[in-house]
Amino acid sequence: MASDVAMATEATDAHAETVLEVDGLKRYFDVSPPLLNRVIERTGRRIVRAVDGIGFHIERGETFSLVGESGCGKSTVARLIVGLYNPTAGTISYEGTDLSTPQQRAQNTAIQARMQMIFQDPYASLNPRWRVADIVAEPIRHQKLVASNREIRERVGEHLTQVGLAPSDGEKYPHEFSGGQRQRISIARALAGEPEFLVCDEPTSALDVSVQAQILNLMKELQQRLGLTYLFISHDLAVVYHISTKVGVMYLGRLVEWAETQTLFGNPQHPYTRMLLDAIPDLDMSGRARTPVAGEVPSPIDPPSGCAFHPRCPFANERCVKEVPRAIEADSSHVACHAVEEGRLPGWGE
Amino acid sequence: MPANQPLLEVKNLRVEFPTRRGVLVAVDDVSLHIDPGEVLGVVGESGAGKSMTGSAIIGLLEPPGRIAAGEILLDGRRIDNLPYEQMRKVRGNEIGAIFQDPLTSLNPLYTVGRQLVESIQTHIPVGEKEARGRALDLLKEVGIPGAEERIDHYPHQFSGGMRQRVVIALALCAEPKLIIADEPTTALDVSIQAQIISLLKRLCREHRTAVMLVTHDMGVIAETADRVAVMYAGRIAEVGPVQDVVKRAKHPYTHGLMGSIPTVGHEVEKLTQIDGSMPRLNAIPPGCAFNPRCPKVFDRCRTERPDLMPAENSEVACWLFEDRRQATAAAGD
Repeated sequence: MASDVAMATEATDAHAETVLEVDGLKRYFDVSPPLLNRVIERTGRRIVRAVDGIGFHIERGETFSLVGESGCGKSTVARLIVGLYNPTAGTISYEGTDLSTPQQRAQNTAIQARMQMIFQDPYASLNPRWRVADIVAEPIRHQKLVASNREIRERVGEHLTQVGLAPSDGEKYPHEFSGGQRQRISIARALAGEPEFLVCDEPTSALDVSVQAQILNLMKELQQRLGLTYLFISHDLAVVYHISTKVGVMYLGRLVEWAETQTLFGNPQHPYTRMLLDAIPDLDMSGRARTPVAGEVPSPIDPPSGCAFHPRCPFANERCVKEVPRAIEADSSHVACHAVEEGRLPGWGE
Repeated sequence: MPANQPLLEVKNLRVEFPTRRGVLVAVDDVSLHIDPGEVLGVVGESGAGKSMTGSAIIGLLEPPGRIAAGEILLDGRRIDNLPYEQMRKVRGNEIGAIFQDPLTSLNPLYTVGRQLVESIQTHIPVGEKEARGRALDLLKEVGIPGAEERIDHYPHQFSGGMRQRVVIALALCAEPKLIIADEPTTALDVSIQAQIISLLKRLCREHRTAVMLVTHDMGVIAETADRVAVMYAGRIAEVGPVQDVVKRAKHPYTHGLMGSIPTVGHEVEKLTQIDGSMPRLNAIPPGCAFNPRCPKVFDRCRTERPDLMPAENSEVACWLFEDRRQATAAAGD
């Protein structure tokens, strides 16, 4: 089995093993005013549909990325998967075990423990009153991976070395480290739980580019060495391109397109994906004229009818206004777009 | 005014922060100039001193920060030693400012119209009605849909991208010759970022406004700037035309920085990595500040600090180019 883990990283398509499967996942947040206000003002409930029915699966050893603009629900998906939120509807299963409800999670703590999370802000995600060694030791103590304090200390030292810090750094407090080093501590803490699956919520967004490169390199190296599977959340398409094997694009709580990285970036289908790709600043300085798309992401409290992207979409017609598009398979991508389905979308780059 | 005089000239600027544990130098011996209508990009990682340089120019350094040495000249006139009231007139009238977070640069208690009218009347002697007309024109110019109605809205009723448009309108309202834009797109989503960049580019071209664009985003610089200054640990590491700096970076730091940016379409297994991080202000190494992280470091870098020296179209603060200069000089003899 252990050799399978290593094998799977190389042969992803041969006998790919699905690690995580998500189906029809929804999470609504109630942001209604208090009952009294609702009665007096005669208003109804207000529901934010942060995640509104998404489904995907992740295979062992791969990196699945979710991209989208702020408010599209990508971080909510990350939190749903590790169990920080409970789904309103839909299923999450890890290696065939259903983890959709808190009860199911409580019964399967051993499986739950195989997932760990890395957060965006390395300043907020480390307890400032704890020494780094205690922070990294917490998952080891919690899961009772080793018993004696001496062994715990050894493990902590190993994990700190693994992420490029020194074992002696364990004696320090988080404030003594720079942002990049703190993110290394977060990664060491996540690895201390001996996970197979890491959920990374914008792990490099708070970092400078040169430090971001260090962390991305470290994450890739750890993935190869330990056979980890990543769910990577980011708004930065260039980072996603660099690190992912598969990419899903989210817009207002739904997946609009998902495909292998090369397919998605080489031949994007959905108008929103195309718009995002077009908005990437051009470092090659080819003088390519950008066509910034008008409009902004609407509020998820009151999303547009039909396809949520229709008010900004140059190809929208009446059907797009009325009918929510279902995902179809087109040119080895999965796309939820009526225009693609009807074949009335021009090719990319034409 | 002579034809070739730069609009803004900064000479040997030094910004210090006195603290209990000694004086921290945030900006050290920085010289730069901006020509009329030119966009100068200033890039660097956090703590490089790029925002401090901008704040020093508009006279908004937070105490105890102070300009310890150097001169700042606008149109040949010194502005770094002006009394507060006079500087207030320069600010807004001649230099506009756009900051990162549009929510903090707008007053939440006043409608955007009132804020625009107030700014216009502070700088231009016009009546209330005419000022309002001008405010409306400005809002239309920065692309706010339904400006007639939106002018009476409060900042919280605008989205992030729209707020940044209002801030740009505010910066433009006195027709300044120079705008200092400090990370104007950092807080925005990519699609909105593209909108704001093209807006800024168009307005500056139409009004012939020069811009000092302070950002950490090389992509934004590559799209917008005419020239780029790369800052590291309070000093300029490299300055030159945008094409040269982005595509043919000279300084090992710029080179590493460019390599560390992932780009769509270039598949690499491993990004170029500059080990370590920028030194803290209280621990800047002797010699070249980049020497502990530099892959091409040699003895001289550890002891002697390089000044900017010409290298092709750019200027670079790196001893590697001293040798070349001497070599070319020797060849000339």
